[in-house]
Amino acid sequence: MSDQPREPIIRVRGLVNRFGNETVHDGLDLDVFAGEVLGVVGASGSGKSVLLRSIIGLNRPVAGDIEVLGHNILTMTDVDQRDVEKHWGVLFQDGALFSSLTVAQNIEVPLKEYYKMPLRLMDEIAAFKIGIVGLPEGTGEKYPSQLSGGMRKRSGLARALALDPEIVFLDEPTAGLDPIAAADFDILIKDLRSSLGLTVFMVTHDLDTLFSTCDRAAVLVEKKVRAGTLEQIQSDNHPWIRDYFRGPRGRAALLAEAPQLVREASSLPAPV
Amino acid sequence: MASATLVASEEAGSLVLAAAGEWLVETAAELDRRLRALEVPPGRRVTLDLARIDRLDTTGAWLLLRTEHDLAALGNAVEMRSLRPSFEPLIDQVRAAGMVVPARHPRPAHHTIAGFIGKIGEITLGLIARAYSILGFFGLVSATASRLVRDPQRLRVRELVVQMEETGINAWPIVALLNFLIGVVVAYQGADYLRYYGLENYTVQLTAASVLRELGVLLTAIILAGRSGSAFTAQIGTMRVTEEIDAMRTIGLDPIEVLVLPRVFGLVLTLPMLTLFANFMGVFGGGVMAWGALGISIPEFFNYLSKLAPWSYWIGMIKSPFFGLVIALIGCYEGLQVQRSAESVGRLTTLSVVEAIFLVIVTDAGFSIFFSALRI
Repeated sequence: MSDQPREPIIRVRGLVNRFGNETVHDGLDLDVFAGEVLGVVGASGSGKSVLLRSIIGLNRPVAGDIEVLGHNILTMTDVDQRDVEKHWGVLFQDGALFSSLTVAQNIEVPLKEYYKMPLRLMDEIAAFKIGIVGLPEGTGEKYPSQLSGGMRKRSGLARALALDPEIVFLDEPTAGLDPIAAADFDILIKDLRSSLGLTVFMVTHDLDTLFSTCDRAAVLVEKKVRAGTLEQIQSDNHPWIRDYFRGPRGRAALLAEAPQLVREASSLPAPV
Repeated sequence: MASATLVASEEAGSLVLAAAGEWLVETAAELDRRLRALEVPPGRRVTLDLARIDRLDTTGAWLLLRTEHDLAALGNAVEMRSLRPSFEPLIDQVRAAGMVVPARHPRPAHHTIAGFIGKIGEITLGLIARAYSILGFFGLVSATASRLVRDPQRLRVRELVVQMEETGINAWPIVALLNFLIGVVVAYQGADYLRYYGLENYTVQLTAASVLRELGVLLTAIILAGRSGSAFTAQIGTMRVTEEIDAMRTIGLDPIEVLVLPRVFGLVLTLPMLTLFANFMGVFGGGVMAWGALGISIPEFFNYLSKLAPWSYWIGMIKSPFFGLVIALIGCYEGLQVQRSAESVGRLTTLSVVEAIFLVIVTDAGFSIFFSALRI
């Protein structure tokens, strides 16, 4: 898959992030290719969310270059910035819905900001987006405080998809969901990716999500990223990565999604 | 700029709508206008020719499906043809979401006359219920406090001292400055009017009486309502959001005893102290003004002060612990009303300040009636 040379849609080079004396990223390189689902994993505090926030321009790194859709995030003009922002959607951890607006109004915010549309059309777009993300009819009139965590995430996704973006950033999309809701969300992401041709950049803790939806994984270890297909990453001998994939949870998730890989993995020397 | 077109033509007894170009969210407004302007008589064969669509997103797909749906609803036989295979999953995905008719934006109920009157009633009942609930909270706090009288060791002295430092000592600079300035302002304004009648020698008495009876204590109470009452609501409210209060209950701690009583006692004790200090600063401000603008010397100043009715020194002080009680009770009550959302902390903090100031002034009015009945 990654054998053929492809043009990356997101390109991070030499990223350095430092907070006080603590260096989070030190010369991090990462490519994300069009149409793939990239899962970013790593220990708590390894800087997954900081990486995401750096790419979407919410966190200014100390050094490095970040290119998204051919624009340098750090040096682009305001006009370019609007153009890039139109082509990405971001789902924050708890949905980050505007609490003073209904779900439908939340979805209409980006539409209103970028396009001049009659109200009726916006209502219609909001209503069908709510359907696409699998929310029941009538959710549009509800306020975020009236929704469950899973529904807030779906609503947040609907807002992220309002402009039919090319790239969707998901920050721990399945965290805090029950296993059934999490599995549904995985299926939803997979469906949307295949029908809309989305590129998905997903920060996750969830091994099941990683195995069931991601094409490639990027593991944050030692302030850098090790990226590759799931097979490549699993054969990495870094202690954290080994523990991550070969721990009891890793094996279970793997067994559920790709039994043939477990057989291959078990032929490798077992971790001591 | 992307462009999309829709061309209608006749073909062997059927109406052909040829869609072409880029059916994207960018072009949706224009396409929507054209699709709505479409007039198709019912009972016809309509073909949607999608061969020349170059780019399609969910919004474009949905517009196509809406058109298909609307035409079919009018009794036409609708058919889609020549869709590129690569767009099929997209159309299927949108179709699977179903044809949802968005909710109309209903007019809010209180925009009608009956609704408006109903709203007034609703607000009134809400206020009565709230007053009742605050009274209940006062009872609860009193009951807990009386338990403390029987078992004084349960009083959390350390917490009480912390609260007194936070609400009292840390507040003195602002209380001092504002009361000094009020003294100056009252003396200045008063001297102006009194001079008009040749009574400028009464400036000191006027200033001292206003500050000692009303302004000192009122201003201090308002500062503390904004400074400490709001802090009580925010602190306790945040603890409710993070479930700390629930955790306390499960361990067997009584939040009223642990959180509310130290704050209430703290404010009831510190507000009189601050008021004494505020009174001093206000009178001092008035004295500085009298000396500077009217040339009243220090012995003269004390001479004027001694002519004040003796009760004047006490009226502000008597009121202050009651104001402290009102502010602390409201601050804690609203903090405990917080639901499990960050948004309600902000809303109730604002409410707590407004309510505390309102109730302080109502209490003050009550005291005025009381004191005038006693003729002091």
